[in-house]
Amino acid sequence: MSGAAREGIGQPVRRKEDFRFITGNGHYTDDISRPRQTYAYFLRSPHAHARIRSIDTSEAEKAPGVAGIFTGRHVADDGLGGLICGWTVTSKDGTPMKVGPHPILALDTVRYVGDHVAMVVAETLAEARAAAELIEVDYEALPAAVSLGSCQKPDAAQVHPEAPRNTCFEWELGNKAETEAAFAKAARVVKLDLTNNRLIPNAMEPRAAIGEYDKGSGIYTLHTTSQNPHVARLVLSAFVGVAPEHKLRVIAPDVGGGFGSKIFIYAEETACVWAAAKLGRPIKWTADRSEAFLSDAHGRDHLSHAELALDADGKFLGLRVKTIANLGAYLSTFSAAVPTYLYGTLLSGQYDIPAIYVEVDGVYTHTAPVDAYRGAGRPEATYLVERMVETAARETGIDPADIRRRNFIRSFPHQTPVIMNYDAGDYQASLDAALEAIDYKGFAARKSDAAKRGKLRGIGISSYIEACGIAPSAAVGSLGAGVGLWESAEVRVNPTGNVEVLTGSHSHGQGHETTFAQLVASRLGIPLSNVEIVHGDTDKVQFGMGTYGSRSGAVGMSAIVKALEKIEAKAKKIAAHLMEAAVEDITFENGAFTVQGTDKSLAWAEVSLAAYTAHGFPSGEIEPGLKEGAFYDPANFTFPAGAHVCEVEIDPDTGIVEIVKFVAVDDFGTIINPMIVEGQVHGGIAQGIGQALLEHGVYDPASGQLVTGSYMDYCMPRADDLPSFTLGFTKTVCPSNPLGMKGCGEAGAIAAPPAIINAVTDALGIRDIEMPATPARVWQALQSAAPRAAAE
Amino acid sequence: MSVISMTVNGKPASADIEARTLLVQFIREQLGLTGTHVGCDTSQCGACVVHVDGRAVKSCTMLAAQAEGAEILTIEGLAPNGELHPVQAAFREHHGLQCGFCTPGMIMTAVDMIRRIPDLDEETVREELEGNICRCTGYHNIVKAILAASQEMR
Ligand code: FES
Ligand code: FES
Repeated sequence: MSGAAREGIGQPVRRKEDFRFITGNGHYTDDISRPRQTYAYFLRSPHAHARIRSIDTSEAEKAPGVAGIFTGRHVADDGLGGLICGWTVTSKDGTPMKVGPHPILALDTVRYVGDHVAMVVAETLAEARAAAELIEVDYEALPAAVSLGSCQKPDAAQVHPEAPRNTCFEWELGNKAETEAAFAKAARVVKLDLTNNRLIPNAMEPRAAIGEYDKGSGIYTLHTTSQNPHVARLVLSAFVGVAPEHKLRVIAPDVGGGFGSKIFIYAEETACVWAAAKLGRPIKWTADRSEAFLSDAHGRDHLSHAELALDADGKFLGLRVKTIANLGAYLSTFSAAVPTYLYGTLLSGQYDIPAIYVEVDGVYTHTAPVDAYRGAGRPEATYLVERMVETAARETGIDPADIRRRNFIRSFPHQTPVIMNYDAGDYQASLDAALEAIDYKGFAARKSDAAKRGKLRGIGISSYIEACGIAPSAAVGSLGAGVGLWESAEVRVNPTGNVEVLTGSHSHGQGHETTFAQLVASRLGIPLSNVEIVHGDTDKVQFGMGTYGSRSGAVGMSAIVKALEKIEAKAKKIAAHLMEAAVEDITFENGAFTVQGTDKSLAWAEVSLAAYTAHGFPSGEIEPGLKEGAFYDPANFTFPAGAHVCEVEIDPDTGIVEIVKFVAVDDFGTIINPMIVEGQVHGGIAQGIGQALLEHGVYDPASGQLVTGSYMDYCMPRADDLPSFTLGFTKTVCPSNPLGMKGCGEAGAIAAPPAIINAVTDALGIRDIEMPATPARVWQALQSAAPRAAAE
Repeated sequence: MSVISMTVNGKPASADIEARTLLVQFIREQLGLTGTHVGCDTSQCGACVVHVDGRAVKSCTMLAAQAEGAEILTIEGLAPNGELHPVQAAFREHHGLQCGFCTPGMIMTAVDMIRRIPDLDEETVREELEGNICRCTGYHNIVKAILAASQEMR
């Protein structure tokens, strides 16, 4: 294979970014130090709900090393706005969602444990922390609304006076009348109550920020752990009012994982960059893990009741769903969109369901804000649909694989009753491949073999679909988004022929520096090492929307394709001029411009150089230089889909669930780098297993204290909790973007939980078990299901 | 304040520090070796693993003063001449890292694991990684990389 072919699209190219990470030369925010920097420490609320009668900072101000103490009063006096939610959801009665203020530092009320009360800035972190202990806050503790099930009751404590019954919105989607009619003619109705457990993100790099202000230029600089630095800059300038956009530079250097939690604009980085100007010195803050648990936006946390109507042949007729979604104490940057447009719109799953009606109440509680996390809405939808389908299979006696086959959507495009228009897919192909890989037919034998060993064996399927790309702009705009969701790229060809690509996407583990370079190198016929991907700095890169929702391939790379097309067009013009030929006669292949039918040819580097020497360009026709930009707005979401199948064995004595095999077969459309894509799937599955078996963010229902506030209490998946995974791919090309890509970052986190719970409930012979299916819960389920025993 | 001295990546290192300074703080803040990371405050995540006198240690669990006179090896010292250590090379080859934040700790743990246990199998690697958390990779490729490196280093 030639060098170019080895580095091209579809090849498992080893990552360009790895060298710096494996040698300890990465630059994460906390690794960066600025001259004369100070350290911030945030005094946080110990109460879930309290009125602040007074804050006395006088003693703290005298403490050694203290440079400044900032409270909500300073923020308000400075005229700064609060943090915003960039998506407006409208209730079914036509009223907009009810939004309480979200101050950067609390003014007179704290609304969750960990809420920000004051920022102490000192010469060292230890001094800042010590001084914070001297701040006297006179709290009047108030009752808190903590549990999702009771926060809408009339006597529940109120989080925001603006939102009676703690209800932010009562949203609906689908067709109620048609769904009622479908249920009226149903031969069978399957019902289930489902909990989607709260997750705490835990990117391994804690959030961090360094705020700076240059008095001479009036320019603020913020280094921050962000998935979308331009969006952060826009929010901080246009809404919070820290500085005008052109006077604020946001840099997201190496970022150690995000999973959604680093999309949002938080109080800490806002306070650091704002106060840096007040102090005239840089302010650095890095969360410790306990703060991360308390204050990173959490994920999931739904209570749902679902009903599925079937005809006598097991064909789905209608689905109706009522969900209560926890938003936490304040609306975070995208939180209103997650349990609505990223959730309700996916409730058709892979199935032809003629009528769907969903109602979602978004509710406030005195807990940390809840926002997009690793799949964002789509895991919740998939969990609900796939648990319902599995339950329907069991109640009708139809094999779980068969009931899926009977109901799969088979012709495309397919308009669902819940907005989405699926463009391409072959769901049976993925399911068949997954069943083959796990030897579905041999399961019965394996089950009886396990029973002989005293183990309970179960198998579970999850046929998932997700909507990725999070676009197009017109569509998301009509649904309430405050931003457009396109992506940008600029391709800069240097005179020597090497290339810089500035992308509005941001990489925090996804390997863009490699994948994007593969695309560019193969299109231009140059070595991978001659391509540099630049991202994460608003001073270098044009406005871009960042990375989340598995959008960077489908949207970000499409923008690069568009820019490359312009580059090629212009380079051809230059080549035509140099070779005195007509542009139409120039072909560009493998890095060479050739006049068709002749042996006249110019190398890429020669044309690049000529673009900058610009000698004798026909004036007005060709501008010097070779640099092009593009903004790409897709025509549709993309729809990755597939089938994950899981086989478990349960020890009835301990309740421990062992995943003996996990197969994932995914259709991501075109794959640029299979090695990276597989890695993305592995990580997602691990999160899915974490949600299904281990992880649970728990607040004490009375006090609102976070019970699972450290790695001692919150069960992170570790290497010995997980098996190795078996992956496969099927492919239908996505018709709505030039590369045919769909996105892969969240598939595992979306697909895995129902596969596992379907397997666990199959093994236990029970209808349902709440996630996480911990040994204690499994053991309890076994006791109440007794006398059904292992050797049955 | 007191002066402590040790050898870090083969070079003498000494500083006047507060007694409460943790080894990881000394390495990151005093020496500016920021390849060693801090991912938690309960000694659970393993992002901070370095070698102290040849053994893998979570550098957030000990005071710098306790390392007085010790030989410390951090991720920056693993490939002194620019040639990657086989474990580093295996992490790259097998895509054992995504965001890279857990990676230095993972690699330092793996080097020690391979030294201690001659016949590593998957189950042992998974058990040995109990003290290192990765949120990105699902461990699949980390395990693969460590097994491959251990084969290679036999
Ligand atoms: S920082 Fe040392 S174990 Fe987490
Ligand atoms: S690679 Fe990101 S935490 Fe391990």
